[in-house]
Amino acid sequence: MIPDLGKYAAEVGLAYGVSIVLLAGIIGISWRQSVAQKRALDAVEARRNG
Amino acid sequence: MSLWEYANPKRFMGWTAPVLPWVFGVAALFLVTGLVWGFFFTPDDYRQGSTVKIIYLHVPAAFMAINTWIMMLVASLIWLVRRQHVSALAAKAAAPIGLTMTLIALLTGAIWGQPMWGTYWAWDPRLTSFLILFLFYLGYMALWAAIDDPDTAADLTSVLCIVGSVFAVLSRYAVKFWNQGLHQGTSVPLATGGRTVSDVFFVPLAISSVGFILLFIALVLLRTRTEIRRRRVRALHMRESRR
Repeated sequence: MIPDLGKYAAEVGLAYGVSIVLLAGIIGISWRQSVAQKRALDAVEARRNG
Repeated sequence: MSLWEYANPKRFMGWTAPVLPWVFGVAALFLVTGLVWGFFFTPDDYRQGSTVKIIYLHVPAAFMAINTWIMMLVASLIWLVRRQHVSALAAKAAAPIGLTMTLIALLTGAIWGQPMWGTYWAWDPRLTSFLILFLFYLGYMALWAAIDDPDTAADLTSVLCIVGSVFAVLSRYAVKFWNQGLHQGTSVPLATGGRTVSDVFFVPLAISSVGFILLFIALVLLRTRTEIRRRRVRALHMRESRR
């Protein structure tokens, strides 16, 4: 299934690995911050209304 | 109804909530299709061997690195002219995405450069202008973080964004301005439509590029929503502390 990358296998693998990690990182951080701010806003609004 | 109504924070939160999962879903579809197609089902280049597979990451990331800054420029100008808060927050939200794209472009370029040029780095016009763009992203984010008052931060970062746009444009046209250096010319010139890449490589590259664009849109929407909430929390905290 994995294509034969020949003598450049390390370079191609590293490029894909680094990129996937960075993309997953920005998605994960954005998601985590989104959830945290939603919780913070819900808590402040609940305090105001309650 | 005016188009600006959609930039009202409450309305923005309303229309982006149902749209966001769809944009993420379609982005994932295009990204996975383009990258899987490019990695598994395209042949090696007759000169570059299997390193040509790096093109499906490097070119879309570099494209987004430049165009994220252009989007930030437009949003910053809207802030300076119309004082639309959501546009300033959208520019702030886009910066870490642009930073990530620039980093991917720089790293994949270095990894690709070693076997093809014999070096990870050269002070080539395009490489250097990308490094400066990367530093501008860092400076832009640091400036937002350093200033407490959000409106002042938006003003100053907007000015920085305008200055940095020179390097965003330089990054795009560096290979044309200075006809020297290691980096090749544009493979897919958007203005002329002409290209030097075979369809075998171009089709998955185009699909991957659409995936990167959609992922950027999804992340900007998500992060702008976060910034709107952060701003609201700050405002409510300030109101509480005044009581």
